Amino acid sequence: MGFPAAAREALQDTQLRHNLRHATTAIRAKRNAVVSELPDWEELREAGAAIKDRALATLPDQLERLEAAVQRAGGIVHWARDADEANAIVAGIARDHNARELIKVKSLATDEIKLNEAMASEGISAIETDLAELIVQLSDDSQSHILVPAIHKNREEIRELFERTIADGGELGTDPEALTEVARRHLRAKFLSTPVAVSGANFGVAETGAVCVVESEGNGRFCTTLPEVLVTVMGIEKVVPEWRDMEVMLQLLPRSSTGERMNPYTSFWTGVTEDDGPREFHLVLLDNGRTSVLADETGRQALRCIRCSACLNVCPVYSRTGGHAYESVYPGPIGAILTPQLHDLREGTTLPWASSLCGACYEVCPVKIDIPSVLVHLRGRVVREAKGGGPGAERATMKLVAQAFATRRRYEAAQRLSRLGSGPLARMPFGPLALWRGARELPEVPKQSFRDWWRERS
Amino acid sequence: MSAREEVMAAVKSALGPDPQPAPEVPRGYRAAGLVPAGSPELVELFCERVADYKAEVHRVSGADDLPAALADVCAARRSSQVLRAPAADWDIDGAEVRLDSPHLSPQDLDSVDAALTGCALAIAETGTIVLDGGPLSGRRALTLVPDHHICVVRPDQVVANVPDAIDQLADAARAGRPLTFVSGPSATSDIELQRVEGVHGPRMLDVVIA
Repeated sequence: MGFPAAAREALQDTQLRHNLRHATTAIRAKRNAVVSELPDWEELREAGAAIKDRALATLPDQLERLEAAVQRAGGIVHWARDADEANAIVAGIARDHNARELIKVKSLATDEIKLNEAMASEGISAIETDLAELIVQLSDDSQSHILVPAIHKNREEIRELFERTIADGGELGTDPEALTEVARRHLRAKFLSTPVAVSGANFGVAETGAVCVVESEGNGRFCTTLPEVLVTVMGIEKVVPEWRDMEVMLQLLPRSSTGERMNPYTSFWTGVTEDDGPREFHLVLLDNGRTSVLADETGRQALRCIRCSACLNVCPVYSRTGGHAYESVYPGPIGAILTPQLHDLREGTTLPWASSLCGACYEVCPVKIDIPSVLVHLRGRVVREAKGGGPGAERATMKLVAQAFATRRRYEAAQRLSRLGSGPLARMPFGPLALWRGARELPEVPKQSFRDWWRERS
Repeated sequence: MSAREEVMAAVKSALGPDPQPAPEVPRGYRAAGLVPAGSPELVELFCERVADYKAEVHRVSGADDLPAALADVCAARRSSQVLRAPAADWDIDGAEVRLDSPHLSPQDLDSVDAALTGCALAIAETGTIVLDGGPLSGRRALTLVPDHHICVVRPDQVVANVPDAIDQLADAARAGRPLTFVSGPSATSDIELQRVEGVHGPRMLDVVIA
């Protein structure tokens, strides 16, 4: 439906707006407090940006190093060009182990490739184990925030949902502790008995072959420790070159994301370890549009993203519309530059306009992605390249304005026409120009232009 | 072409025939090795930061007092069946302490009250303990499944910050050992952002400095 229409719908939902305001304000305050504790935050950001740029500039080498290190440690590495290929690999591994069920750690990459739906079509149920993801899955809903995907639901709604689905007939209170306990009991049985797990990855270290998952609840530890088989789906941009780089990332990510000095659990594993953890480890390296992002010299910085969601919480647009309006697993400012690029501008083409360009996202980004500049760059690309459905208004307007500005005579004529309430610089009551004009405050056209005034005086 | 060849080719073509040189990483942030490990100030900071996560911190003056401190911890949490990591060979008065073995199933681990381990190191600034799968830390499942984790930290294991930790863990990382950073008990804020301690991982974490 495109961002403008989806946003209009979301703005009608007062519960959503209330929850969002509460969530984004609270996380923002926590983040500011723990970031201001570090005297070298700016230096860490500089380093974080450079680490990711270095990884991207040398991506073929880094992927080969990572692959070799994982293989040396007994892991199996797969490559997937797109979502279908990645899903087929995961389904194949599940079939090899006769698994009808697999447990999952919250992962944006697997949401992006719609892994759960793909498994379902193969008769395999993928069970989400993150509390918020479980809520979203049980209610057949979609995520609205990268970090707290069920932020649009309140405790009353969650109580009803759990009573209907996993609470075994018991009546529940609305106390978050009691609700969490229900989820714990429900999932513990799954953790102890399910032989195949799927995870995403926050980082993959090329030097050592270590894969890293950063989390809070412990479901990540369960999924990456107890099952016999672990499959990790990792976007190719998640690689960092050296082990030492983790000293930067593990400071930037938790403080930017949950506003904690450190998140409860960070796990690293390298291939397989005897008598400790899964006996079989598969790493699926996923492209799915990332190389088309990489091909854009300005836009490629979106691949630095470490999915902290700090940009969502400071965004004046996101904090009102919420995540669903972005119609993508990547919402907010980062989604506005990542989604259209991942789809090579075939989808999400209204998203680069879902921003006031205020720059707050750039200021909080731990890897210094200049989101406003990329937004402006993408607006240009969409106008130039859009394959149908793009905002033709901007293109038409700019063409008209360009004509009006082409010569002094035409410009002055246009100014005079504006004062009469018509012509290209005044109001456009219908068509694409009305859309463009409707979203902008235009200054009053003065009664007399400077040029006319000057001519009269001289 | 295989998927691998095709993805690699796409990456190379995206970077262009004349790729930009890879930038050097400016490391102007506080590096490893600036503050010596184990100073009383660092241990103090570590205790404060661990307590911020709603974990219990216990300070013991010497190794002789450790069994009594561990007994108090177990009594307070009503943990009587304790499983320990191979090198965490401390006695606990009033509790049955057994040695963990990889033959124990997840269900076996689920039936004990507590896990007793040491750690690879601890980070003062973030209140983190790091487990490295070695004899002191034990295998990963040991500190995951039981609902109560008792971790003994020696003062000299407390490093200042994350760069110190990453530096000291480099050999373990290169050897491919599994590493787990633990900062407080498991937690979620998924329901209306209200923090609940204790989701899937151990709900009770006791850190004993001795």
